[in-house]
Amino acid sequence: MTETLSKQQYLDFYYYMRMTRSLEERLTILFRQNKVIGGLYRSLGQEATAVGSAFALRDGDFISPLIRDMGAMLVKGVKPQELFKQYMAKDGEGTSHGRDLNIHIADMKRGYVGPISQLGDMVPVMAGIALAGKMQGKNIVTMVYLGDGASSTGAFHEGVNFAAVLKLPMITIIENNGYAFSTPTENQCLVKDFAVKAKGYGIPGEIVDGNDVIAVYQATCRAVDRARAGEGASIIEAKTFRMLGHAQHDNQSYVPKEVLDVWHEKDPIKNYQEFLKNNNLADDASLKEMDEKILAYLEEEADIADRAPFPQPESSLEGVYF
Amino acid sequence: MAVVTYLEAIRQALSEEMQRDENVFLLGEDIGVYGGAFKVTEGLYEKFGSQRVIDTPISESAIVGAACGAAMMGMRPVAEIQFIDFISCAFDQLTNYAAKSRYRQGIGIPIVVRGPCGGGGRGGPFHSQNVESFFLNTPGLKMVEPATAYDAKGLLKAAIRDEDPVLYFEHKFLYRRIKEDIPDDDYIVPIGKAKVRREGRDISVITYGAMVHVALEAAEKLQHEGIDLEVVDLRSLLPYDKEAILNSVVKTSKVILLHEATRIGGYAGELAAVIAEEVFDCLDGPIVRVTAPDTPVPYSPPLEDFFLPNAEKLMKAARQLAAY
Repeated sequence: MTETLSKQQYLDFYYYMRMTRSLEERLTILFRQNKVIGGLYRSLGQEATAVGSAFALRDGDFISPLIRDMGAMLVKGVKPQELFKQYMAKDGEGTSHGRDLNIHIADMKRGYVGPISQLGDMVPVMAGIALAGKMQGKNIVTMVYLGDGASSTGAFHEGVNFAAVLKLPMITIIENNGYAFSTPTENQCLVKDFAVKAKGYGIPGEIVDGNDVIAVYQATCRAVDRARAGEGASIIEAKTFRMLGHAQHDNQSYVPKEVLDVWHEKDPIKNYQEFLKNNNLADDASLKEMDEKILAYLEEEADIADRAPFPQPESSLEGVYF
Repeated sequence: MAVVTYLEAIRQALSEEMQRDENVFLLGEDIGVYGGAFKVTEGLYEKFGSQRVIDTPISESAIVGAACGAAMMGMRPVAEIQFIDFISCAFDQLTNYAAKSRYRQGIGIPIVVRGPCGGGGRGGPFHSQNVESFFLNTPGLKMVEPATAYDAKGLLKAAIRDEDPVLYFEHKFLYRRIKEDIPDDDYIVPIGKAKVRREGRDISVITYGAMVHVALEAAEKLQHEGIDLEVVDLRSLLPYDKEAILNSVVKTSKVILLHEATRIGGYAGELAAVIAEEVFDCLDGPIVRVTAPDTPVPYSPPLEDFFLPNAEKLMKAARQLAAY
């Protein structure tokens, strides 16, 4: 399997996972400085799911990320400064101009659609984008990310079923990270593997190790190929774990330490570093160089965001209607 | 010119818009092969095919959500909600996704969500409601409700061409009960413009939908008693024609707000506030509401007849106000 990827692709996986984590670490500092407005949601431990899946798409395809999919947005071309500005409620190109939070931004050209906080609601919307793409003969694929918790919503069911029945090229990525805020998956749903829900819709469901960026990439490629070939919707369950609380305010004391210890050993970035070294794709020095380059870049981007203006109060009245 | 019913006018608008713009398509429950529960879309499946008249699962949230997604791609979806009562199932997609998208992410959602509203059909609590107040407090949505066949066609065309999400309420009591000569050629009725259906001196009745006909009936009867009603048909509820409302109230100095929906938190409350704020000095009497009482829409004929506003109730209110 690994032969199908170029060295550059392997390194790109690393670059974007590391970028995601470092960006969130930088945001954490800004949060502690009271420069982040509102909550900060980390994807620590889940970077491989977001990055690996988004790499399976191409230009013209669309994603709808959730709060732990910043990595997918980066792959799709969002600039770190746009995310910094968003989290700092600043104004500027590529932001929501202070109107909506965190990763709730969209760019139809770059192919990411801003989610809303009502979980599951993006499934029907992404089904609609897939439907339009089909009607327009564009052969595009849409991918909607959600967590184990969101799979309990009515909108999830309606959207997946709709996409299944209409044979739409939509992939639903269920990021099973163990908890929906404080609620463990066993209180969310009685099936152990969320991928089996696909059976109820008559579509394929695949389970993948969400901490293995290559496995995620390959599983998503299979789903994308199916979708592009006109074979319709599918579900991927990425098994991963949320290594921090729901947001910065949550110390997740409800998660047993032994569970965290187990998942700590499965850290997607640490393990991927070993993989790169073992396969002579990188060494300590080259990884260090890449890490430093990322940190320097993020520093510049955070600085731009820090100096960016807040939106003008009166601007809040504009743009409700055309 | 040809005489068509209110329902046929809606169908004409859909057909002509689909002909005019290949991006216009329909989706909803039983709208294709069957032609819709009320046969509004009858013949369109045969004419435009299954790709443009899409029969969907029973999934109002998915219907509206998918319409939103398709609209973001440049399509012009018209979603049918089989009975507008069922729009509650798509509430989130409308109020949180469609209504806020332009504001929060800079992407307009040019969709039309249409469906039969209103009572008088013995449909009971879940097939008779008027839902405009559910959505009135949601910036980003537009709402229209035609009272005539001419407006039914013109407003639907305007809604389909509009850049924002439009809820199009068609009163099922009017579907086959009213007909008129309407132009064969293309025309629109602009969203946001009211129409004075009857000029009058004494009291302005501000209303919309099926209640326009109730108001006109009451006006004819009251003429013999020397009370001259002016009837203003709002046609658009959001945005609404404030100028037309205020002009009429300034002219007559008395106003009755008439709607079929229930009273508390109803549309009339908003209009009453605007009238009181802007032309209080011109009023020669209290602002009066004639509405349904605050109950679900009951099923049994004597109950529903008791529930619905009608000409008698309006006349009673008008007599009292005229004497004030």
